[in-house]
Order: sequence, then C-alpha cells, then structure tokens
Amino acid sequence: MNEVAIAQPPQRNLVSRLWNDKETRSVIIQVIAFAAIFAFFFAMVRNAIINLEAIGKDLSLGFLWQPASYDISQSLIDYNSRDTHFRAMIVGILNTLLVAVCGIILSTIVGFLLGVFRLSKNFLINRLAYVYIEYVRNVPVLLHILLVHGLIVHSLPLPKNAVNVSDTAFLTNRGFFMPKPSMEPLFWGVIILFMLGIAFTFWFRKYAKQVQDATGKHYPVFWICLGAIVGVPLLAFLVLGMPLTWDIPELSGFNFKGGMVIRPEFIALWLALSLYTAAFIGEIVRAGITAVNWGQSEASYALGLSRSRTLSLVVIPQAMRIIVPPLTSQYLNITKNSSLAIAIGYMDIVATIGGISLNQTGREMECMTIVLLLYLTFSLLISAFMNWYNKRIKLVER
Amino acid sequence: MNETTQQYKPGEHPDLPPPRNLVGPVAWVRDHLLSSPTNIVLTFLCVWFLIKVIPPVLDWAFLDAVFTGEDRNACRAQGDGACWAFISERFKLFTYGFYPESEHWRVNLAFILLIAALVPILYDKTPFRKYGLYFSAAYPFIAGYLLLGGDFLFLSLTPVPTTQFGGFMLTLVVGITGIAFSLPIGILLALGRQSKLPIIKVFCVAFIEFIRGVPLITLLFVASTMLSYFLPPGSNFDLLLRVLIMVTLFASGYMAEVIRGGLQAIPKGQTEAADAMGLKYWQSMRLIVLPQALKISIPGIVNTFIGLYKDTTLVIIIGLLDPLGIGRASLSDTKWTGLSNEVYLFVAIFFFLSCFFMSRYSLYLEKKLETGHKR
Repeated sequence: MNEVAIAQPPQRNLVSRLWNDKETRSVIIQVIAFAAIFAFFFAMVRNAIINLEAIGKDLSLGFLWQPASYDISQSLIDYNSRDTHFRAMIVGILNTLLVAVCGIILSTIVGFLLGVFRLSKNFLINRLAYVYIEYVRNVPVLLHILLVHGLIVHSLPLPKNAVNVSDTAFLTNRGFFMPKPSMEPLFWGVIILFMLGIAFTFWFRKYAKQVQDATGKHYPVFWICLGAIVGVPLLAFLVLGMPLTWDIPELSGFNFKGGMVIRPEFIALWLALSLYTAAFIGEIVRAGITAVNWGQSEASYALGLSRSRTLSLVVIPQAMRIIVPPLTSQYLNITKNSSLAIAIGYMDIVATIGGISLNQTGREMECMTIVLLLYLTFSLLISAFMNWYNKRIKLVER
Repeated sequence: MNETTQQYKPGEHPDLPPPRNLVGPVAWVRDHLLSSPTNIVLTFLCVWFLIKVIPPVLDWAFLDAVFTGEDRNACRAQGDGACWAFISERFKLFTYGFYPESEHWRVNLAFILLIAALVPILYDKTPFRKYGLYFSAAYPFIAGYLLLGGDFLFLSLTPVPTTQFGGFMLTLVVGITGIAFSLPIGILLALGRQSKLPIIKVFCVAFIEFIRGVPLITLLFVASTMLSYFLPPGSNFDLLLRVLIMVTLFASGYMAEVIRGGLQAIPKGQTEAADAMGLKYWQSMRLIVLPQALKISIPGIVNTFIGLYKDTTLVIIIGLLDPLGIGRASLSDTKWTGLSNEVYLFVAIFFFLSCFFMSRYSLYLEKKLETGHKR
C-alpha cells in the first residue's frame, strides 16, 4: 500500500518552468524587449555612422555660425542675408510663435462664439454655425491654408489699385499695409497708466471679494476694472494731446512705402489655422456647456441670481473644467499645424532651419534633429502651462 | 353654450387644441427667430449675410460657370463664373495621377473590391459575413498587388512604379493603409502604456509622447531626407512606403491615447473578474476588456481616422501628387493659370464627402452598440 506513493508531478523542462512563473516571465519578456529595442537603435546608429562615413560627412553644429545667405521676407528681429543660420533659425522660431500665439487668440474668440451660437435658440444662427463647423472640420487644414492664400493673392488687387480703407490702410495682394505708430516721449505716461490699471485690477478684484464676503455689498467689478485699464489711459492720451504719430503708407511706384505691412502668407496662415481650429473649439465649448447639469442653472435662478450671473458664476466655471483639457490639445494642434506654413512660403521653423538651411548646408541630420527638438519643447511647454491652469480651476475636493 | 358644457362629466372633456398663437409656423418663427431683441438683431444679420453670400456663390459656381472649353481664355469668353472645364479636362489626372492609362482598370477593380471589402466590416447583417471578413483582411494585400503589378504565381501584371501613383487613388492608398494598420498598432501601444512591465511601459510612453509632440510634416521630412541614413548601406526603399510607415506610426500614436482613454474607463472589477475566472492576460484583454474599451472609444477612433485621412494631403509637401498636388501642378500650366479657387473647391468637396460619411457612420455605430450601460 505504501508503495502507491503520491503521484509525481510530471517533470517539466527548465524553460517551461521559468515561463510559467509570473515573476520570471515578466523579467524574460522585458529583457527580450529591451534587447530588441537596443539592437534596433544600435543597428540604426551603426548604419548612420557607416553611411555618413561613406559620403564623407561628419556631425557638427558648426554650420549654424556660417552666413545663411538667404532672405526672409517677414521677421520680428533685424535679419539680412549676411546673418548666420542660427539667427535665421531664431527668426523662424519667432515667426512660428507669432502665428501660434495670434492663432490661439483668434481661434479661442471665434471658437467660443461658435459654441454659443450652436447653443442658441435662434434657428438661423444655430444652423449657420452648424454648417460652418461641419464644412470646416471635414476639409483638410492644408486645403484651407491654400484656399485662403489663393483668395488673397488672386482676388485682392495689385498695389496700384488697392482696396482703400479711409486712406490709412490698404489691402493688396502683396499684403495689408497699415499705419505704423511711432511714440512720442509723453506716450510713456499712457503706458505707465495702463500698467497701473492692470495692477489696480488685480488688487481691486481681491478687495471687492473681501468686501462682498464681509458685508454682502457688491461692486460692479467689471466696469470699474474696464475703466481703470482702458478708460483712464484713454483719457490721459486725449489730455496729453495724443502723443502718437502715425506713419501712413503711401503708394510710390509699384508698391507702398512706409507704414507697416502684414504679408499675405502670414494672413493666410493665421486666418486659415484660426478658423479651422475655431470649429473644433466651438464643438468643445458646446459639449462643455451642455455637460453642466441643468439643475445647476435652476438652483442658481432659485437663489435669485440673474441670467448673466448664473452663466458667469455657476455654469461657465463648471464648463471650463470640461473644456480645458481638450482645449489644450487644440492649442497644441495650432502650434504643430503652423508647420504647414512651408506650403505657402511663410518662413517658420520648418521653412528656415528645416528647409532652406538644410538644403544649403546638406546637414539633414542636424537640422531635422533641431526642428524635432524645438517642436517637442513647445509642446511640452504648452501642455505644462495648460496642466497648471487646469489644476487651478479643478474642483476642490475635500 | 350652457348645453354643450353640460354634456361632459367632470374629467371627461376632450383635450382642447392648444391656443393658435402657441403652435404653427407663426409661433415657431416667434419662438425661434424673434424671441428677444438680441435674437431679432441676430436673425436680421443672418438673413442679410445669406442674401449677400448665397446668390453670388450660386452665380459663380453654377449660373455663370463654364463647363466646357479649351483653356482659360475660352472660359472667360463664355462667362465670369467658375471654369469647371478645367476640372473636367483634368479629371483623369485628378483620379489616377500618372498611373498608365492602359492599366486604369486595375485601379477601378481595386476600388470596386474595396467597396466589397468594406461592406462586411461596416454592415453587420451582410450575408456570409464571416467569409466576407476574411476577404476584408486579405484586401490590403490583393489591392497592393493589383496596384503594384509584377509576377505572382501564374499572374502577371505590368509593374507600375509608385512614383506614378497620384490623385484620389493616392489619397485612398495612404488613408486606407494608415487606417488599417494604425488601429492594431495603437491598441498594442495603449496596452503597453497600461502594462505592469516597466521597460515596455517606458518605451511605449516615450514613443507616444514623441509622436504627439511633433508635427506630421517634420516626420515626413525625416522620412524623405534623413531616413535613408539609418538604413543598411546600399538599401533604398520606396518613398511612398516610407510615407506610409510614417503616417501609420503617427496615427497610431494618437490612436493609442484614444484607446487608453477607453481602457481607463473600464472598471478594475472587470479585469479582476477575468483573473478570477482563470483567464490569461491576452484572453482577458481580448474577451473582456478590449471589446468594452473599444466600444467607448469609437468616437475618438473615428476622429483619429478622419484626422489621418485629412492629413494625407501633407504628402504634397514632400513631392507626392495627391489631388491637391495635382491641382497645384496643373495651376502652373499657362493654359489654366489662376484657377486656384476651382481646384481647391473641387478637392474640398471630395474630402468633405468622405469625412462626412465617416463621421455619420460613427454616429450610427455608437447608437447601434449602445447597450444601456451608459452612466
């Protein structure tokens, strides 16, 4: 009887025993994955070294300090063709940032308007916004950019018969010519008052809140602050005798002289990007506002708050929590889509360092790496900022 | 008067029709267009806008438009409107690119087969759906062979280099390849990002964040200028293939994030229950978690598809000729110069129709898969 021993577990080989142990298995999988990834990168780097050697190229960033010898039509800082590639790159970065910031501002304004229109009871405006959003969202952004650029270049007149806006601004197919302000010393006073107005606003909002918490007295904060920021400086401006002269563009020969010019490429890119992204923001805003429970508004009306105060104190703060995360990715999209500038010849990062500089120096590796790193940095910065903002407006839970 | 009211017992009086001024078109107009001073102003602004915009656009696009003509001057001689003659003359170019004319039937056949392959995927009541799905899975390879040509077993088609691909056909090639491959890769990346294995997780996070942090156009530039350095010396692979790989990787980065959102929405109890039933990792993912997660993420997935489909236009920047590229190239023809509005509008309509179809289909799918578990 004793010999009928406990059934021996079947002898399994080492591999299957290791594989059936959860801990070891995860280690094995990771080691294999790491080895595969490492081998992949190793092979790529090795190939790159061999290939670069074969055509006698090295890797260095020295080319950044050679003269770029190409012109850039629109630049925020002084630049001419004798400057270095590095300076050309800075011009490109600034141009990208310019169009991104302008685009973010315009698309936010238009997007919020569209979102509100989509919620309007007014049938016509609701349908118009709907048609606009559906059309814009379903057509590639590159097409919008080319279309707007084509409209400006082909439909606006030549400088000699420009569209004249009351003799100060001129719309032509070479760009929009506008008066350029130049400041007299007294104008600094206006600027200082404006700064003081902003500082006052910050202080006054806190103060009004304290007073309201303590006594229930309610100040018209918005109008007082508007007066401080806009009204007082405007008054000072008029009292000081308008210390600002305008340099008005004038037609001379085939083009305008003087004033400042906004190039058609910038306008096309800016308008197309903003109007495209605005359609997405409109839908985000609509979704955010509809997501706030109707009971919230009802409760607020029951407490006797007016319609506008219900919106600004109850609905919008809650809607913002839903709106901000997807809004972030739209802002990132504007920044990334601004790289399409190259299709119409606006000189952004991709067109300067990743385009002409690359072609002139033949340094594909260095240029493309710089471009990729720059975009990564922008993306990380924007999302860090929006995460901070998101955290600030988040629901405080106890 | 008195007699009629007395005919009813209390509570049995039939419902009276609502007051005239609360129903009907007049009330609708008052309610929806003229309910407040702001609304009245908005309504009048809209009407003014529509009157200003619609007639000129109609005139330009249809009434004054020219549909046949030799060149731009012939168009101008006939009317001030759009010159659609340009589009009709170049229609073949817009559709097939530079694909050899004698082989156009292959593109047409591939397109018909595409519809046949899509039906079983999109419509779940197709007869013999199971076999249809096998066909759909095989479709990318069949279409690839049809378009590329060459010798395969007993078949022999004239090889066509990918440099001759173009037009709407190229859009479909890039778009459909991207859509077909980005979903599975995206699922794997999303699972990797949720994984408990640190190395896999780190790799997936780095990949996804990198892809999402840079614009597609820079990746396409990398594909066209830099990628050849990283390949074994002497090897050279096709520009279209490089573009396809980049587009697919790009879309799968976004897809992964969409699916991760779906995965995070699945309660932990589901995986725990699957573990308790003795399911292995892949079994529990395949049978329990993914079906639910993918269902939640349908709107996001379709949005990514639409985004990818629209992004195929970016290939013109590295010199491939999709419809937009063909249009721009045609614009430089002196015979037809200056007709950019016609070209862009034509291409826009094509993209609008396909993307609008996709978004409507996603709405239908959402409704169909709704099982009442929504909270």
